[in-house]
Amino acid sequence: MFRRTAPTDCAISWNGVEIAAREGESLAAALLAAGILHFRDTAVSGSPRGPLCLMGACFDCLVEVEGEPNRQACLVPVTPGLSARIQAGARAPR
Amino acid sequence: MREVALLVLGAGPAGLAAATEARSQGLDVLLLDENAAPGGQVHRGVGEFYRPSADAPGAAQAREGLALIEAARASGAEMRGGATFWAIEDDLTVSWSEGGTAHQARAGRVILCPGAVERALPIPGWTLPGVMGVGAAQILLKTAGLVPEGRTWMAGQGPLLWLYAAQLLAKGGTLAGIIDMSPAGAWRQAIRHLPMALMKPGPLLQGLSWMRRVRADVPVIRARDVEALGDGKLRGLRFDGREEAADLLLLHDGVVPNTQVTRALQGCAHVWDAAQASFRPVLDEWGNASLPGVMVAGDGGGIGGARAAALSGRIAAIEAARALGRLTAEQRDAAAGRPMLRRRSEMAPRAFLDALFPPLGMDRVADGTVVCRCEEVTAGRVRAAVSLGAQGPNQLKAFLRAGMGPCQGRVCGPVVHALVASSRGIAAGDLMPLRTRFPVKPITVAELATLK
Ligand SMILES: Cc1cc2nc3c(=O)[nH]c(=O)nc-3n(C[C@H](O)[C@H](O)[C@H](O)COP(=O)(O)OP(=O)(O)OC[C@H]3O[C@@H](n4cnc5c(N)ncnc54)[C@H](O)[C@@H]3O)c2cc1C
Repeated sequence: MFRRTAPTDCAISWNGVEIAAREGESLAAALLAAGILHFRDTAVSGSPRGPLCLMGACFDCLVEVEGEPNRQACLVPVTPGLSARIQAGARAPR
Repeated sequence: MREVALLVLGAGPAGLAAATEARSQGLDVLLLDENAAPGGQVHRGVGEFYRPSADAPGAAQAREGLALIEAARASGAEMRGGATFWAIEDDLTVSWSEGGTAHQARAGRVILCPGAVERALPIPGWTLPGVMGVGAAQILLKTAGLVPEGRTWMAGQGPLLWLYAAQLLAKGGTLAGIIDMSPAGAWRQAIRHLPMALMKPGPLLQGLSWMRRVRADVPVIRARDVEALGDGKLRGLRFDGREEAADLLLLHDGVVPNTQVTRALQGCAHVWDAAQASFRPVLDEWGNASLPGVMVAGDGGGIGGARAAALSGRIAAIEAARALGRLTAEQRDAAAGRPMLRRRSEMAPRAFLDALFPPLGMDRVADGTVVCRCEEVTAGRVRAAVSLGAQGPNQLKAFLRAGMGPCQGRVCGPVVHALVASSRGIAAGDLMPLRTRFPVKPITVAELATLK
């Protein structure tokens, strides 16, 4: 889906699997470059979502970063060894 | 609490120019942006990752961006990246978060330069992973050097669509096709603004040259409706009865001012801009909003593009220097004379562009299409709520939760607004916009607890 035109220089982990990344790029860019489109499941219907805007507005790229949920992957810069996971959707039953 | 003469929100062209000018007037300046690097939307990654070759589309603009960034860096303004602004109070106490810690400062003046956001283009299936904004793809190109591969389609309209298509081709990318959804007769409305636009023909000629370059390589198909197909991810498109395979679909329908902060300010007046089909804060020629001490510059006050944004940032900073006692009114007027003239000239093509790409109408949006992505509310449910008596976006929020999710109406706000107006058969400007509330970005209780 996306091809890199510049080399990677570090590794991060996504759901426990190592992927190549470049320090300083956004986590969202690193995931997309690794072919990952599915960032989270929605809270309402549990359907899969990936990023829409990549500029901090849409909140569709929410993931878990170092155990903390609801982080906007487009605003989290990659650091070597960063660990992130898909964000499960279900909201507490109402 | 920390005190600062001028607080600037947003390190795009408007904020960078405001900070630089204010420093040269002797004000201490704090400049906040939630992105790690300065530049804003247009100059994303400039001077860092984004180094277009001299003849690439957008290269001249990137040079202007680099100059703005370097000037702000050299000015002595305190530039804080990764700083998410979330509130401003009447006494101009500003709150923001950095890396999980909340901060506050009291400012003598605030210049808000939050820029624009892409106007959402709701189509069936647009919540599928693999459907994104054209602006999103451009950000990937500028900040990470990512070029789409596989079957990439674009759909919608507007100058940014053509610019990005040209940028992508110049980087060796390919496009399966562009679905041009622009209304067929728009040029008839636009033509009367052409003489004005031709006073500053550069941007139009450039736009035409991008279009020519793209059309030479990419099939451009006119269609009124597009549907994204797939199960769990995008697999194809349907338009005008035809189906095509697709790996990536990029949507665009122009940009709208980001009024998330100004709409949360009690008593800050906004007006409906019919030409741009969006709300903007009421501003005087200097950028003063209707609340004391609050100023707005750049696309957040109405879409004018990168150069106009930088000029209005500069003008606002000159006025802030007057308000804070650094300049007399005469000195201010003298200093702002040239930037005001230049801004007028930069704005010349705007009316033509606005008329050429009027936002796509809501009557096209089918009942089954999701309009509020966070709360998964469809157009049909909005229409049903309107027929049950919901008068506007603020009531709809209570009826359906539309606009209540984490994006706080950033994406769905303009869409739901237009949808309610069209279902009620009234002008969009006659409806109150969705009220926003502080914090304008979600913060955790742990972050709040770090405030001293
Ligand atoms: C996705 C996108 C791509 C664009 N690409 C181009 C282009 O290639 N060429 C072109 O001419 N125009 C482009 N534009 C139009 C663009 O809006 C203007 O040209 C120009 O960027 C406007 O400058 P500005 O300073 O007003 O705002 P911006 O450049 O948008 O800068 C606003 C800044 O405010 C920050 N901000 C907003 N809210 C907060 C908050 N709560 N906390 C902290 N920081 C915040 C943002 O991170 C951003 O850096 C684009 C617009 C969008 C939305």
